[in-house]
Amino acid sequence: MMKVKGVLGLCALFFSGAAFAQMVDMPGGPRVNQLNLTRGVTQISREISDLHWLLLVICALIFIGVFGVMFYSILMHRKSKGAVAAKFHEHVGVEIAWTVIPFLIIISMAIPATRAVVAMKDTTSADVTVLVTGYQWKWGYEYLDGPAQGVKFLANLSTPRDQIEGAAPKSDTYLMETDRHLVVPVDKKVRVVLTANDVIHSWMVPDFGVKQDAMPGVLRDTWFRAEKAGIYRGQCAELCGKDHAFMPIVVEVMEQADYEQWATEQQQAMQAAADDPTKTYELAELMERGQKVYAATCIACHQANGQGMPPTFPPLDGDEAFVLAPMKNQIDIVLNGRPGTAMAPFRDLLNDVEIAAVITYTRHAWGNKGRGADPIVQPSDVTAQR
Amino acid sequence: MSSVTAGHVPPTTHDHDHDHAHHGPEKGWRRWVFATNHKDIGTMYLVFSFAMLLEGGLLALLLRTELFAPGLQFFRPELFNQFTTMHGLIMIFGSIMPAFVGFANWMIPLQIGASDMAFARMNNFSFWLLPIGAILFTMSFFVPGGANAAGWTMYAPLSLQMGPGMDFTIFAVHILGASSIMGAINIIVTVLNMRAPGMTLFKMPLFCWTWLITAYLLLAIMPVLAAAVTMLLTDRHFGTAFFNAAAGGDPVLYQHIFWFFGHPEVYVMILPAFGIISSVVPAFSRKPLFGYASMVYATAAIAILSFLVWAHHMFATGMGTTSQLYFMYATMLISIPTGVKVFNWVATMWRGSLTFETPMLFAIGFIFVFTIGGFTGLIVAVAPIDIQVHDTYYIIAHFHYVMVAGSLFGMYSGAYYWLPKWTGVMYDEKLGKWHFWSSMISFNITFFPMHFLGLAGMPRRYADYAAQFTDFNMVATIGAFWFGLSQLIFLWLVIKASRKVGTPAAAQSWEGATGLEWSVPSPAPFHTFVDPPVVK
Repeated sequence: MMKVKGVLGLCALFFSGAAFAQMVDMPGGPRVNQLNLTRGVTQISREISDLHWLLLVICALIFIGVFGVMFYSILMHRKSKGAVAAKFHEHVGVEIAWTVIPFLIIISMAIPATRAVVAMKDTTSADVTVLVTGYQWKWGYEYLDGPAQGVKFLANLSTPRDQIEGAAPKSDTYLMETDRHLVVPVDKKVRVVLTANDVIHSWMVPDFGVKQDAMPGVLRDTWFRAEKAGIYRGQCAELCGKDHAFMPIVVEVMEQADYEQWATEQQQAMQAAADDPTKTYELAELMERGQKVYAATCIACHQANGQGMPPTFPPLDGDEAFVLAPMKNQIDIVLNGRPGTAMAPFRDLLNDVEIAAVITYTRHAWGNKGRGADPIVQPSDVTAQR
Repeated sequence: MSSVTAGHVPPTTHDHDHDHAHHGPEKGWRRWVFATNHKDIGTMYLVFSFAMLLEGGLLALLLRTELFAPGLQFFRPELFNQFTTMHGLIMIFGSIMPAFVGFANWMIPLQIGASDMAFARMNNFSFWLLPIGAILFTMSFFVPGGANAAGWTMYAPLSLQMGPGMDFTIFAVHILGASSIMGAINIIVTVLNMRAPGMTLFKMPLFCWTWLITAYLLLAIMPVLAAAVTMLLTDRHFGTAFFNAAAGGDPVLYQHIFWFFGHPEVYVMILPAFGIISSVVPAFSRKPLFGYASMVYATAAIAILSFLVWAHHMFATGMGTTSQLYFMYATMLISIPTGVKVFNWVATMWRGSLTFETPMLFAIGFIFVFTIGGFTGLIVAVAPIDIQVHDTYYIIAHFHYVMVAGSLFGMYSGAYYWLPKWTGVMYDEKLGKWHFWSSMISFNITFFPMHFLGLAGMPRRYADYAAQFTDFNMVATIGAFWFGLSQLIFLWLVIKASRKVGTPAAAQSWEGATGLEWSVPSPAPFHTFVDPPVVK
């Protein structure tokens, strides 16, 4: 056995470059070679674990019984041992017995299972409600009530690409770590409302005994009450396209006071970052912001150098029709898009400050240098055209 | 059943003058392309399905190769997803279902004393649709965007995002579904109308019974699948919005329709195997099948229940409490008729006079591993446990215990049992035993560790996984290659037997075998039961 393990270990080293022998249990995730269900930190996950043990034991006993009989036959009723076949081929009593007894066994399984189902489905009286949205391929979190109400963010996989490609050793939390965590208070009932933006995803955290599909255009909810502070991990459990394996879930359970402090910090950070569309901005502010918006939103089609990819994606550098013309038409096309072309409407994706900033940016970038009409566009100009 | 014998086989008479009655097979390719003989068509079905087993198996080995170690080594995730998807579709629609139709073609007329299938030309058509479907499946890897990568279940809206490969799949499913429907009609009509005089329904071998019930299942569900994929097609190309919530559709609707097909489909793929096992176990126990009538009723009960449990595949979609409870209870009930079958097989062996030729080894192996799959099925029927293991490797382990160890081992048992009748020679028993033990051990090495992976929370359809899952994945990959290569033993054995290498088989190839098929010579002549036997 040791030899086999050694060979396997060598293979692992060869293929993954990972320090195989040093692999340790993942904090809040799977243990190395874990054999059974996670006995997690919620009442529900422990109930599920107990149910599973109950069924496992019952099934094992039946298995031993049935195959005990079969293997007795195999050993003792062999033709080579001179066994002569009996003639019987039915027995009403036995047949009724092995129909009725399994029925009773099933009822004994169904009773605790029913209790668990009813408990899992009871999402009432929640202390905190979080809206979870599945995206290809990340999770979005938004707090709907409590001290963190209004806080929202996206959580992306934070495992570096070189670990996935095998260029760096894999960490203990490989593929189950994110840049931002869903933060919830300990010992509070957290209701999770789920939906999705594109395709079906599924939000799973084994330590909570929770798995619920997130479906576009559909709202579903589930809940958990984590009894122990700490970090708990899960992964997307419904095939959602190419990066299905790369959109993990990390939940950080905090003491109530820590949670409230975290919520306050988040609220302050959001206020600081909020845009004021009534303010008049300096050119430098608009250019700095506009460059970011351009890089995130426009660059794929219109390119970094503003040359686009004609004829599908027209150039912005030196464009007399919109960019160097009065601002009205350019605001209009950014807000509403242009039907029949690849230019999409951005009225719901960008706010007025972002639109004003990115238009101002295009009017100053490259060879445009602010030489056209209306070189600076203020958010209020965009608001006026909405 | 079982004590059925041909009381009197009238000598074949050559005095009628119509010229098509008793000629042998055509020569060359025309024999196969224009085949109307149930034995030839049965052979083509079986050869085709084995070829598809190899193709589906190759895809499985490719994805197991990627999963040998964590990290992305060989395939991009988008290609990996094509492998998992097409592995499932090819195995189900290309391999398991046609293989059972092949068994039906060969054996049902021989078992009920019919001269052929009821609709010989439709039989030809339903076979020749299969290669078209197979070509569509295979070609789809080479179209822009590659093959369908939305899983064999093709859940909307992910399947709406796919490229033209998805349309290939949809079209292939339509074609293969039409083939299945025609096969089912043929089997129903043959069984109901063409039994020899005296062959009452309750004298039929259980294989005919299970196939009769399976054929009704097929008739009921294949149109449902066709509807589901047609709705996908129109959502993709013709502006409908059946599954787009933003336009008034419902993505959950797709799952309800799909699983209304999908759950009975599970029984389509296992009931005929139950029939085979119910022939093989008595034959090698030299004792009549225990509880013949209860076997028939259990099969019917499973078939009816199979229509009432579909949403147990959807517990994680979050249905209401009462529907979740209902689907949980109904699903747990299925274990009762299934248990009855296992108990009956064991009671058949009890105080028999057992020998362990390869068909019996596969039958015992079937009962052993299928029961494990049945138990895990009972465990995942319990909704709270299913919430933890849904869409994890536990499910992969569960349905491979049922489909590979169930359907495939059942078919191997039947193939070894009837191979002497098909080829006229006894196959190489030593090779057969090697095939069994090698398959049995490597199957368990491959799939047993997947239970652990699933319980620990490793999701299915993942191209990459947390490093803590590494050891069991390596074991599974090694087992998979071993299992895959083991199947070549069977290929070699069948090639040998079909080249008539081996001792000639008697009409009664097995000492304890009963049924009309053993009253005709081995190999079965091109035409059998031209004049129906009289069954006592």
